[in-house]
Parts: sequence; C-alpha cells; structure tokens
Amino acid sequence: MTTKKAAAPARKGPAAGSNTAPTTDELKKYYRDMLLIRRFEERAGQLYGMGLIGGFCHLYIGQEAVVVGLQSCAKPGDTLITSYRDHGHMLACDMDPKGVMAELTGRSGGYSRGKGGSMHMFSREKGFFGGHGIVGAQVPIGTGLAFAHKYKGDGGLCMAYMGDGAFNQGQVYESLNMASLWHLPVLYVVENNKYGMGTSVERASASTDLASRGQPYNVKTMTVDGMDVLAVRDAGLEAVDYIRAGKGPVLMEVKTYRYRGHSMSDPAKYRTKEELQKMRAEHDPIDHLRALLIEKKVLDDEGFKALDKEIKDIVIEAADFAQQSPEPDPKELWTDVLIDAA
Amino acid sequence: MAIDILMPALSPTMTEGKLAKWLVKEGDTVASGTILAEIETDKATMEFEAVDEGRIGKILVPAGTEGVQVNQPIATLLADGEKADAAPRAQAAPKQESKAEAKQPAASAPPAPKPAAPAPSSDAQNSSWKTQTVREALRDAMAEEMRRNPNVFLMGEEVGQYQGAYKISQGLLEEFGEKRVVDTPITEHGFAGLGVGAAFGGLVPIVEFMTWNFGMQAIDHIINSAAKTLYMSGGQMGCPIVFRGPNGAAARVGAQHSQCYASWYSHVPGLKVVAPWSAADAKGLLKASIRDPNPVIFLENELLYGQSFPVPDTQDFVLPIGQAKIERPGKDVTITAFSIMVGKALKAAEELAALGIDAEVINLRTIRPLDTATIIGSVQKTNRCVSCEEGWAQSGVGSEIAAVIMEQAFDYLDAPVARVAAKDVPLPYAANLEQLALPQVADIVAAVKAVCYR
Repeated sequence: MTTKKAAAPARKGPAAGSNTAPTTDELKKYYRDMLLIRRFEERAGQLYGMGLIGGFCHLYIGQEAVVVGLQSCAKPGDTLITSYRDHGHMLACDMDPKGVMAELTGRSGGYSRGKGGSMHMFSREKGFFGGHGIVGAQVPIGTGLAFAHKYKGDGGLCMAYMGDGAFNQGQVYESLNMASLWHLPVLYVVENNKYGMGTSVERASASTDLASRGQPYNVKTMTVDGMDVLAVRDAGLEAVDYIRAGKGPVLMEVKTYRYRGHSMSDPAKYRTKEELQKMRAEHDPIDHLRALLIEKKVLDDEGFKALDKEIKDIVIEAADFAQQSPEPDPKELWTDVLIDAA
Repeated sequence: MAIDILMPALSPTMTEGKLAKWLVKEGDTVASGTILAEIETDKATMEFEAVDEGRIGKILVPAGTEGVQVNQPIATLLADGEKADAAPRAQAAPKQESKAEAKQPAASAPPAPKPAAPAPSSDAQNSSWKTQTVREALRDAMAEEMRRNPNVFLMGEEVGQYQGAYKISQGLLEEFGEKRVVDTPITEHGFAGLGVGAAFGGLVPIVEFMTWNFGMQAIDHIINSAAKTLYMSGGQMGCPIVFRGPNGAAARVGAQHSQCYASWYSHVPGLKVVAPWSAADAKGLLKASIRDPNPVIFLENELLYGQSFPVPDTQDFVLPIGQAKIERPGKDVTITAFSIMVGKALKAAEELAALGIDAEVINLRTIRPLDTATIIGSVQKTNRCVSCEEGWAQSGVGSEIAAVIMEQAFDYLDAPVARVAAKDVPLPYAANLEQLALPQVADIVAAVKAVCYR
C-alpha cells in the first residue's frame, strides 16, 4: 500500500476524562480552534468563488462549537467519522489546514492526493475516518469503528456525527439497535442545524425531539446547546465517561445553526434573513466565548489581535499551498484502486 | 385403508435426509400434529408431525437410516380397526410441492464429478486428497483463517447459535465464541456498513448474507463505502472484508430469492468478485479472499453446498484470485462457465464428445479480475466460444467475455461468440417454467453445435 501523508503537526493531546472546569489555556484553545475553522471556511468559500474549488463544498460556519467542544473530550486513539460537511471536523482533529485546503483544490498535496475532494478526506494518523458523501452511511461505519475498538480492547471510542437530515435514514436506527445490543463505545452526535438541505426539521421529522429516538433502543440520550462550546464540552465529558465505563452508546442531539447555505450553490430561500441575523447577533459561538474570555480577563485586545494574526497566517499559508501544490500526476489515475495482495 | 407416511421435504433443496429418531412406535395412536419423528436434513434437524389421525402400523424405515429419499414411505398409518398388514393405499396425498422440490435439484444440479483429473492448475500439486462437500470446505476455510488471524471474525444472520441458515458456519461459535461469531439482527444495510467500519478499524470481517438477494439492501455500503474509499483516500483506507453467501437460483424460491449478482459486482473497480464451483474452489478461494487486503464479493451457490468434491488434504490450500482453471481441455470449442454452470458445462462437454465435438471447459473461478489470458489463449486454439451464466444475458459476464474476445482475438474467431444465460424474465416459481427460464445442459449443447455449424 502506497501511502503519502500530508505533513501535519503532532497531536496536542487534549485533556479529557474529568469534569473539572476548563483551564484558561483550554478556553483559549477552544476559541482559537473555532476561529481557525471559521476563517478557514471563509477562505474556502472565497476560493470556491474564484473557481479554484470545484464540485460540492459544504461550509461549517456557525457550527464550530459542536466539533471543538466534543473533540476536547476525545483521547488519542479515539476515532471520528462524519458526513460531507467535514472540514471543521478535520481541523478539530488536528489535521493540517494545508493538506485539507489542497484537497479542496484537487491538488497532489491534499490529504487524498486530490482524488477525494471536499467530502472525502481521511487521516488514519489523526483518527479521522472521513468524510462520507452518502447521507447516513457514516453512521454504521462509525458503529463498526466502535466495534473494532471493543474487539481490540484498545479503550477507544468513536464519535459518529450526522445531521438532522441523515437522522431520518433507516441505517441510523439499525446502528442504534446494534450498538445498544452489543454495548459498543460510540457517541452518536446529531448536529441539528434545523435544515436538511432546504427542508426544515419540522417538515421532515414527525417528532422534532430528535434525541428521544434513542430511547426505544435503550440508548442514553442528551440534548445540548450547540452554540455554547462549554455546554458541548460538559455534555461531551459526561457522554465519554459513560461510554468508557462500558455502559454502551450515547445519542446526543446538539442544537446548532449553519450560517451559509447547504452548499455553495444554495440561495437559502427556505429561511428568512431575519432568522439568520438573529442567530448571528445573539448566539454566535465565537462571540459568546470571546465575551467570556474578556470577562475572565483571559485575553486582552492585544491577545485577540495576536491570535487573529496567527489564524490569518495559517489560513493564508493553507490557501497559498493549495494553489501552488501541483495537480496529481496523471499516473495517479490508476493508483489506489486495489491494494496489491501479498 | 392404511396410508403411507412419506419422507417429507423440509427445505427447498432437500432431496434426502436421515431419519434420526422415531418418537412413536408401532401400535401408537396419533392425532394430527403428533410429532412422529426427527428428520435430519443437510441444514437442520426437524420434527416431523402427523397430518392424519390413526394408529401407526408398520415402521418401514428404522431410526438412524441415512439417505432416505424424499417421498419414500417411512411408515404406515392405520384407520380404526385396520390390521398392520393391511395393504397400503396409494399415497397419503403428498404435497404437490414436495414432489417438485424433490425433483428440481436433481434436474438442475449436476452429478458430483468423479474425483479424477485434478487438472492443470495450482491445486494439482497436492498429492493427498479427501472428499468434502462445498459446505464443509467453506466452513474449514473460515475456521482455518480464524485460527490463523485473531482479527478475522464472522458476522451475519443466524451464523452463530443457529449454526448458519445453510449450516455453513457449523461449529464455529463453539470454537471461536460470541466475540468472533456474531449473530446480527436482520439488518443487512446496517451490519454491512458496520463490517466496513470494522475493516477500516483494523479487523478482517467475513460478512455473511443469508442470500445475496438480501445483500441488495447493503449494496450502497459494498460499493460506495467498501469499494471506493481506498481510492478516495489516496490509498489510506484499505478495506479487507469478505461479503459472502449463496447467489443465483436455488430451487423453487421465486424471483426475489433467485438472482445472479456476478455481473452487478463485476462492474465495480475496487472490488474482487469470486465465484467457486467445486469444494476445492470454495476452500482455496475463500481462504485467499479472507487474506486479500481488498473487499471481496464471494458468490456461493446453495445447490452446490451439499455436493462432494475432492479437496487437497493440506492445512494451507490457497488458490490465487484472478486465475481461471481449465477443467476439461479440448480443441474444438471453448466453453466458459462459473459456479453451478461449470457442472452443466462439463455435462454438456460429455454429450458433445459423443457427437465428436471436443469442448474445452474453463471454470472462471474469479469474475473480477477476469482471467482474460486463459480465455484468449483457449479461443486462439479453438476459434469458438460459448459463455454460460445463470444471470441474464444483457450486460452480463458473457457480454464482457464476448467483448474481450472481440477486442483481443477477433481474427481467431470462426463464429460469433454465443451466450447461454437465463431467459430475460424474473425467475418463475412453477417447476416447469423455472426449468425453462434457467440455462440447462441442452442449451449449452445447442449453442456449441450452433457455433460449430453442426
């Protein structure tokens, strides 16, 4: 198997497993990680507009607190899987922004060497198992990753993310059933951003209390404010403690909101500008944490400025790399179809 | 008048069974629903109930008798006041289906081949052979690979406690335990996806579909998740997994349970597609499939499960994926076949020999990657080709073979390539129509005669 990995910084080893209040360093890290996702996504949207990114491109702007809060509860060796709105999850897994952006532009420096694109990136090293384009398919696959954790007894767990749209797929319930039957170490995260593409939850789900759907399967359920990174973190710690204690899976509904359309080509006519403006003004996860950092005097103006610059530099560097990295060699057309059998 | 109690058919493919135990004795009075005996089929031990009331006259087949044919009288049932030696009435109205079921496999399944001619392939090197059913060979292959690699596990419906819907996994739960022989709910889409995830996570799953017809519920995971992810990940996400189960028509189970998926899966890059015929094929190819680092579609055939073949008697008999086997060399015409059609092709070759036509029969063994070199080499020698498959002709395996021959051996052809395939209809239930819909030995003989202009 020929594998080439994009250069990536070492895993930072997030603190986990205890329900103590976050340290100031941790608070700063949450802020930084959310800001990186937002600036990265804004830049991706810009590159898309310039024609440098093709196909589908689903931005995570507005939902940053979900993955940053939960990833702060993960341990090295855990696995994460999600669907196609996945750039934020990759960055939260410490994947290299250069490798992610270069995959978006379809270049050889991308995580899949340009052969996957926005929806299909992976990093075994970082425990990120995609990046899946078929809505809901990641859920049984994530359940299988959890099955492997349990089979190998490695103490790991899988966080399997899906949207409120995917949550109506039958295979989600097949997964809940098996995970509960077999006490698999899996955290199912439903990122309820109120719209499955253009269809609101009310128009798609007979019951809008999504978390309650875990109850018939004897799965522990939780509902969390996904615009508050600290609320997500607290819920996440409770969930992973429960799972690591061998008690079985947890289903967590995280109420969040995406600011952008479903994809870059979505005019978002299905919701009002006022609804969006109200969310941005009153519930923005980054503003919310920024206010807290100011209140607690964790960062002053200078500190925020320095952080802004650091993030801006990372994103510019990623965007430059993504444009300079060459397209894949034509030989790549024929590689990675099958692994040579020994 | 006394009536005969007949040996029942207890599954669509049962032709004979063992009368394991009588639960009544001569002179006992029985009512409708009384359990008369335990019958052991190739799949399970079943209780057999009385339909009519009366008194047991003579027990004609003693307990422990093996190989009792379906519809053979096993006891007589007396009406009130009758004596045990009363002449039996014609028959105790056997179910119409039972007769047809009993006949069907005999008609469509080829006779077990003679253990002769371990032909010119990699399995010829073995000096010591034993006789095994395809069922036993498949089980042994899994057991040996599970002993060899602790990350190999089997999952599917009824694979554990039930011992396999078709008894393929017999004894595996006892040897390997619940961790490695996993009974799933009826949830093909879910457990196929779970298997793919487990493979990504470093395990080697064998996912059994009770039949490949049910595997259609899972086809998204087989293709989108298992086959494509290696490519989409730039080589990071290997998926070592085997999806296996019976494929194609069984006997009288109707259109939804009778379909060949060889050409469906052979269409997809990122998959390997294997279709064994003999027990040796089954053993050697299943072991190779489990060891293969890629997703493998392993297409078995229910009617072959109970057939016996010689199998090399060694611990480590592995056949290479991607190599066809010439089962019968010949010079006049090439017949390609896979799975159950290999037996039919060999039978046709015998009939053709009597007509003076010397047919070469190629057992494809693997559909993807297709061993085009063996096919082309044969056609260059015979100048004629007939492809056989149980699936439909359109976009079938035979269509691919015909195209490859046209591309690579056009100038060698003395006749157009002929395709023997299922009729272009969903498979009917009626015994006579089913027979007509499936490709038979006579169809192969007729096609060969046509391409030989005879």
